[in-house]
Amino acid sequence: MAEDPTVIVDDVHIVYRVYGATGSRNSPTAAFSRIVRRRRPPSMREVHAVKGVSLVARKGEAIGLVGSNGSGKSTLLRAIAGLLPPHRGRVYTNGQPSLLGVNAALMNDLTGERNVVLGCLAMGMTPAQVKQNYQQIVDFSGINERGDFISLPMRTYSSGMAARLRFSIAAAKTHDVLLIDEALATGDAAFQRRSEERVRELRGQAGTVFVVSHQNKTIRDMCERTIWLEAGVIRMDGPTADVVAAYEDFSGKRT
Amino acid sequence: MAERVAPVATDLSGPSRGAGGRTDPADLAELARRYGLGVSGARPRLGAYVREVWGRRHFIVTFASSKLAAQYTTARLGQLWQVVTPLVNAAVYFLIFGVLLGTHRGIPNYIAYLCVGVFVFNFTQQAVQSGTRSIPGNLTLIRALHFPRACLPVAATISQLQQLVLSMVVLAGIVLVTGEPLTWRWFLVVPAVLLQSVFNAGLVMIVARLAAKTTDLSQLVPFVMRIWMYASGVFYSTSLVSDHAPGIVTTALNVNPAYVFISLTRHALMTSVQGDNLPHHLWLKALAWALVVGVGGFVYFWKAEEEYGRG
Repeated sequence: MAEDPTVIVDDVHIVYRVYGATGSRNSPTAAFSRIVRRRRPPSMREVHAVKGVSLVARKGEAIGLVGSNGSGKSTLLRAIAGLLPPHRGRVYTNGQPSLLGVNAALMNDLTGERNVVLGCLAMGMTPAQVKQNYQQIVDFSGINERGDFISLPMRTYSSGMAARLRFSIAAAKTHDVLLIDEALATGDAAFQRRSEERVRELRGQAGTVFVVSHQNKTIRDMCERTIWLEAGVIRMDGPTADVVAAYEDFSGKRT
Repeated sequence: MAERVAPVATDLSGPSRGAGGRTDPADLAELARRYGLGVSGARPRLGAYVREVWGRRHFIVTFASSKLAAQYTTARLGQLWQVVTPLVNAAVYFLIFGVLLGTHRGIPNYIAYLCVGVFVFNFTQQAVQSGTRSIPGNLTLIRALHFPRACLPVAATISQLQQLVLSMVVLAGIVLVTGEPLTWRWFLVVPAVLLQSVFNAGLVMIVARLAAKTTDLSQLVPFVMRIWMYASGVFYSTSLVSDHAPGIVTTALNVNPAYVFISLTRHALMTSVQGDNLPHHLWLKALAWALVVGVGGFVYFWKAEEEYGRG
């Protein structure tokens, strides 16, 4: 008998509304005539990022998501996390899934220190828990290895440093359903080793793990099942060995 | 071989797929129900939502003070601007309305009168303006972490409240220097500011929800706020207008929440402002505004909770 389902994605569509995607004419007179004729502004475009995805994930599964850039992998993860409301369809989850991603932006004007505290509090930690975890997060991120950088504003960090700090903050908590978005690819080799270790640990405690990565080796190492997304639809869903092989064939052929 | 395209989950031999297998939509909803899965990102009930927001109170306060601190990090004078900005503001209005236009007729201590008006109205104005940015300006945070979204507009209000407390210290100095005595009535400032904060928080949540949907609103709000300020007796006494205006205008002026809060603070700080010059039932009106807008704004914001992540 199969394990209990923890995540059910039921025919989910996600549409982004993008403003400021300037079309051909965007002068005040053109805007006025559009209003008069009751037309939609050309500066607003809809991007259909995920088109009818259904899947069932069960307890103890580690599922890889592969696909070209812009195929909707990260968007799907955000929808599962409940951070991006689907246009149509439903996502059902057991408990609150957590997204571990490099895009988890914090406040750039504030120091790294403040960002650690804010991030932890936003995830629902108490001030005592934050105090307890603070040093561990800073040590894990390795930000302070070459001097006192944690007290500098985030905007002065390199993109690698910022990504490391974000990952460290998010990884400080244990989660029922864990969504990992390219988080393993950031930082230098030493940090990658540390973060992969941490993900394994988290996976042990979490029910279900989703991994998005462009490194097929990571997917092969961590996941038994893989879903291949292309242009917002599932092209293939099955054991990692088969799916990744097919995906490699596909991407190899295009170059 | 390369173009092997498999439809969704045709391969049933996967290690962890069994009973489910290929499923149609009706089945999936049924499966979710059977195992008690909840809809991801669904809006909690109002009571649960209030508890969630309360649970994040440390986040709200830290976020608010961080925002305030971040505002001046790139300026050379730094946090000094928190005090200088309201002072300059009051000086400009004094120059225009006190010296050039002479709207001070019938007001004994005009400088203090004006400064209280400017500072108190500024609290509402700044809060509303930061409210228009509280969802669009924090979209990356919203899409990255889970927390009740009402934290953001509430934090915007608290951030402005902290700014107001600093301004109040400056204001107390101005009021004393212009010859007002220090009395026990000054303590009435505390409940007045608290009621105004609740009112502001509600207003900010309303504006935040509207601005999340209609991005054009942030362009319009400054004008609306300016009209509101001119109608709120910041630099003139409404008794000046009520002498020759129709009754309905006078009533509107006296019910105006901004004028109510300004009058309360004036009455508390300045002995030269006599109660009989002020609209009646001030505390009652202030309490009513705070309750109606505060609670209404919260409920209105909560109703769209699951929508805020959308760009």
